[in-house]
Amino acid sequence: MGKTILEMIDIKKSFSGIYALSGINFSLEMGEVHALLGENGAGKSTLIKVLGGIYKLDSGKIRINGQDVEINGVSDAQEKGIGIIHQEIVLVPYLTVAQNIFLGREIKTKFGTVDMKETNRRAGEMLANLSVNIQPDTLVETLTIAQQQMVEIVKAVSFDGRIIVMDEPTSSLSNDEVEQLFGIIERLKEKQVSIIYISHRMEELFRISDRVTIIRDGAYVGTKKTSETNANELVAMMVGRELQSFYARDYNDLEQAETALEVKNLTCEGVFSDISFRVRKGEILGFAGLVGAGRSEIMECIFGARKYQSGSVLLKGKEVHFSTPIQAIKAGVGLVPEDRKKQGLVLGNTVGFNLTLASIDSYINGVAISDRKCQEVIDYYKEKLRIRAVANRVELVEAGSLSGGNQQKIVLGKWLAIKPDVLILDEPTRGVDVNAKFEIYSVINELAKEGIAIIMVSSELPEIINMCDNVCIIKAGKMPGMLGKDELDQERIMQFAAGGEE
Amino acid sequence: MMNEKKSTAGNSILSVFTGNTGIIGVLVILCVIVALATDKFLTPGNVISVLRQISINTYIALGMTLIIILGHIDLAVGAIVAMSGTLTVGFVVNQGMPIGVAIAAGIAIGILAGLIDGVVVSKFRVPAFIITMAMMNVCNGIAYVYSGGQSTRITDKFFIAIGTGYLFNIIPLPVVYMIILIAVFSFLLSKTKFGTYVYAIGGNREAARLSGVLIKKVEIIVFTLSGALAAFAGLVLASRMYSGQPSVGSGYEMDAIAACVLGGTSMAGGRGRISGTVFGAMVIGIISNGLNLIGVSSYWQLIVKGLIIACAVVLDSQKGNLALLRKKK
Repeated sequence: MGKTILEMIDIKKSFSGIYALSGINFSLEMGEVHALLGENGAGKSTLIKVLGGIYKLDSGKIRINGQDVEINGVSDAQEKGIGIIHQEIVLVPYLTVAQNIFLGREIKTKFGTVDMKETNRRAGEMLANLSVNIQPDTLVETLTIAQQQMVEIVKAVSFDGRIIVMDEPTSSLSNDEVEQLFGIIERLKEKQVSIIYISHRMEELFRISDRVTIIRDGAYVGTKKTSETNANELVAMMVGRELQSFYARDYNDLEQAETALEVKNLTCEGVFSDISFRVRKGEILGFAGLVGAGRSEIMECIFGARKYQSGSVLLKGKEVHFSTPIQAIKAGVGLVPEDRKKQGLVLGNTVGFNLTLASIDSYINGVAISDRKCQEVIDYYKEKLRIRAVANRVELVEAGSLSGGNQQKIVLGKWLAIKPDVLILDEPTRGVDVNAKFEIYSVINELAKEGIAIIMVSSELPEIINMCDNVCIIKAGKMPGMLGKDELDQERIMQFAAGGEE
Repeated sequence: MMNEKKSTAGNSILSVFTGNTGIIGVLVILCVIVALATDKFLTPGNVISVLRQISINTYIALGMTLIIILGHIDLAVGAIVAMSGTLTVGFVVNQGMPIGVAIAAGIAIGILAGLIDGVVVSKFRVPAFIITMAMMNVCNGIAYVYSGGQSTRITDKFFIAIGTGYLFNIIPLPVVYMIILIAVFSFLLSKTKFGTYVYAIGGNREAARLSGVLIKKVEIIVFTLSGALAAFAGLVLASRMYSGQPSVGSGYEMDAIAACVLGGTSMAGGRGRISGTVFGAMVIGIISNGLNLIGVSSYWQLIVKGLIIACAVVLDSQKGNLALLRKKK
């Protein structure tokens, strides 16, 4: 390490007079992993887009290898050795890995046709170079998300990329896959490739980054050596204040609490089997496990969004079997789904529309929907959940234009509006910034205090450990164990969730 | 931020105008051009005649708006127009059915066609483009088989009055139906649970499903409504022509789709409004009427109409982009 490969000095960028970046400094050394940390909307993406040639900067300097450069467009950025791995995979699913890597710069035979043999050979070399165990002639659509991401990385490096930007690369990976990704990052470092790493997950930053630069509201806050800082300091820098109790939780006395939902021997063939648990009023029951273990599917079955073969679901002691979500909703069960963009929101419609969608039956006078009743509910939840946007009347803004945190609050509000007795939260804080996380936790805590039974599926162990009364652990469709709040620690959970057979 | 209240139904009268500025602009420009080209355009008689001409397309386009917001398409409506008109007239003239029964049967056949489309689309997840194209062929076939390709004249006074009568001796009945239907469908789409669900399904099917929307039910109802409206359009058309003709329907589906798209309904689903569609239908009607008045031959009219529609849609899409550019850059 040592030689500085990239310098961004006093970068400014404004949109219609409003500064999205007001003087950011960033430098990257050869073979360094430099994390970029900031809340949603802090300007991380804008900075990356400036670097990637998508936006043109207003003022400031970019230096690569000590030379002032101007980046004009995406292909110019690639030529200068900058490769960006976006959050969404942008490979063509029906082409092979090799074809994707060489897309747009196909290797030709002397007859002008594509030389598949050479393409595969060279792609194979590149994959092997980074120890990625994928055949170059596999169709991309048959790969897992993690494998696709690796192909993207190989592709970025193949453009002679010296600077690789990874935008939340682990957001849809399981723990195993994260390990594979880290392996690749290590190998890239060895090859003196520099990496700009964007992530919300503190633990990851501490594992793989050398330095961290924090930005807030488009402004540069500071740069720290990872080895010389800690999570609290970074959060404080990100948020601009100390968060005393990040996880707000007042535990209820559950001894006398009524059972709200009980599940007995629930089985969905090929997905999970023999799942039993109960959740009481005022309890937060966590579901930990690896991605793909079957947690979301269990919830979908309870909610009537997926069929199950055997077992029973009891709501307040009465057996129910929902075959459609509307039956669950009417019985007072809500589900905040895992993926807010795909399953939670009608992104192209307004905040108000989304907030009232699941509870629409309660606003109907005769046949018409009462605008007044809708407005009351909208006003209540946008206040309670502090849903914010630039516009005054948040409810008229398109849901898709809000930040991830605000979007998640809309989904939460939509389900609170049905006045649930049982609320299932599937990854309630995924991809949400620190402030919104904090607010969502305090809302969840309040709901538990009000006596709602809450099931929380989460892959973030800190929130499982700090928010839940009891935790069910799901491993490959089975439930090997359940832990009470006094027994919760990361190692014990991971032992159950990923460890060997016991 | 951007696009305030773009897709959900506008509640106030004002939003009918603010939400449709693009198409209203096109409409105004078109009116000015035609009015400058010929002084016959802005006469009361011609205005009423334009309204009558657009009414049939409007009935169909109302159903099409719902279909397109859902994210589907219905190519069968033109054929349903022909089928219901031909059969209803035939039932009266050939089978000697009482007029009321014949009308009910004609509408029922349209409803049945829509229902089948809806069931196949929702239960089997077949693309609506394919199944409604198949239905288009079937309905056209039925009209031709039944009539042997001949048009059938009808002289029944009541039947003729449906399409040619007037309210208060001034407003043509087809225009009256149009106004009622516009009111009913605006209400349906903007004020009811059903309408909300149509937007939700078109905007994000999975989110709608998890929010308790019974998707299949809504889809079946929408296709059935579309079939019913097309059948009704067929009756009115047959009445206006004093005859059932198996060849009249072709092209109506495209006019209806054009009205929707001109009016800002997104082919991707999830967005659109009744008022936009009505303005879209007006634009198409005025193009035809204006070209007639100016004396352009009907063959040339096709070309001009196509070009104007293409330009209007491109302009409209650019308007969106420009607004976005202004806000982003």
